[in-house]
Amino acid sequence: MSAARPVVIVDYGRGNLWSVCQAVAAVGGEPLLSAEPAVVRAAEQLVLPGVGAFGDAMAGLRARGLDDAVLAFAATGRPLLGVCLGMQLLLEASTEFGHHAGLGLIAGRVDRLPAPVAGARYKIPNVGWCRLEPAPGGAPWTESVFAAVKPGDFAYFVHSYAAHPADPRHRLADIDLGVAPVSAAITAGPITGCQFHPEKSGEVGLAILRAFVARA
Amino acid sequence: MPAARVIARLDVKGPNLVKGIHLEGLRVMGDPQQFAHRYYAEGADEILYVDIVASLYGRNNILEVVRRTAEAVFVPMTVAGGLRRIEDVRDALRSGADKVAINTAAVARPALIREVSEAFGSQCVVLSIQTKKIGPDRWEAYTDNGRERSGRDALEWAAQGVELGAGELLVTSVDHEGTQKGMDLEFLRKVTALVDVPVIAGGGAGTPEHACRAITEAGADAVALASVLHYRKHTVGEIKARLAQADVPVRSSA
Repeated sequence: MSAARPVVIVDYGRGNLWSVCQAVAAVGGEPLLSAEPAVVRAAEQLVLPGVGAFGDAMAGLRARGLDDAVLAFAATGRPLLGVCLGMQLLLEASTEFGHHAGLGLIAGRVDRLPAPVAGARYKIPNVGWCRLEPAPGGAPWTESVFAAVKPGDFAYFVHSYAAHPADPRHRLADIDLGVAPVSAAITAGPITGCQFHPEKSGEVGLAILRAFVARA
Repeated sequence: MPAARVIARLDVKGPNLVKGIHLEGLRVMGDPQQFAHRYYAEGADEILYVDIVASLYGRNNILEVVRRTAEAVFVPMTVAGGLRRIEDVRDALRSGADKVAINTAAVARPALIREVSEAFGSQCVVLSIQTKKIGPDRWEAYTDNGRERSGRDALEWAAQGVELGAGELLVTSVDHEGTQKGMDLEFLRKVTALVDVPVIAGGGAGTPEHACRAITEAGADAVALASVLHYRKHTVGEIKARLAQADVPVRSSA
């Protein structure tokens, strides 16, 4: 409601936060980078970014007491957006470089993208612009931060791993890499995760961030 | 499958966007940010900033331009020119860049490619190779913006760079650069057949048809365009329309 309330972006030393801040500002939000658990807990809206490896990122959160802070924030029911690795951290576990526990806010796990077979139309990492499609049997876009997104709109991806929510109703959007559908976005109540980078996805990404910022 | 990308390449010298021919003979074009905004609005999928004097003077003054561009341009940005150390790469990524392209410093010390890819991931390391044809089926890699020979065979260097961890190749033909007469399809065909990472074709496109042929006939994943955009010969949208006509998947522009 109040545009003056900051959108807190969790700063745990992983990833390019400058671009996230600029994009939040561009859609009318007031970005606030913070590594303080108290600030994270008290946020009206929270963005959990992340680039790099899953286990390393969780260690970075724990070292600062931010894992508990994010969980405490999520328990308030206020809007949370995980981006890229930050989306994967929302799940229970990942098999990236071993087995690592995640935040467990959405049931399911994170596994490496299936190895491209001969004639595959993608590579690992999957880097580039891919089409967002509604997930069959998944969450409807109308009530989500995807309300202004049209099926087939492009978003920018950089990833080698993908989320597998246990409940298909938590799937918000998929991309088609020619194998099994790959999660592009997941959601559970006020929690949304985007595998792609909304801050680098042109006007489509800004529309998602705009909807998120307007949720408070 | 990811869409084929149209990348706007902006060569920057100090505060100015410049454009040369054969990477020489510079002309001042204007404020790089204004050009970047225009290309973003036209639907460019990526912005490539090249600091063309950085490797001469060993310093990097382009990050402020990148930082300011990131305030209003929301597509991936790549920074090239004068990146020598891990710290240079970190600074570029903190300034809003998503990838760095390395040429001269990697030729001088190939292990830099591995170090950067281990520290930040191979997806953010672009090996930039400037090529000159030196004989039938022979190309040499050049450095320092096409001024210096490296003594390396361009194809062998491409393969080695990918092995070291480069996640993408930016191939610029010094012979074709700035001529607007078409890209070096012959080299592009060879390099795209050789490596399994995305290849960005640069140098020589003067028409949407030239850009299209680099993708449909030579297997490139992206084209980096400069003169053809800067002189307003064609818009990003016109290039994409030609690609779409050839059934190449492209991101529809807003």
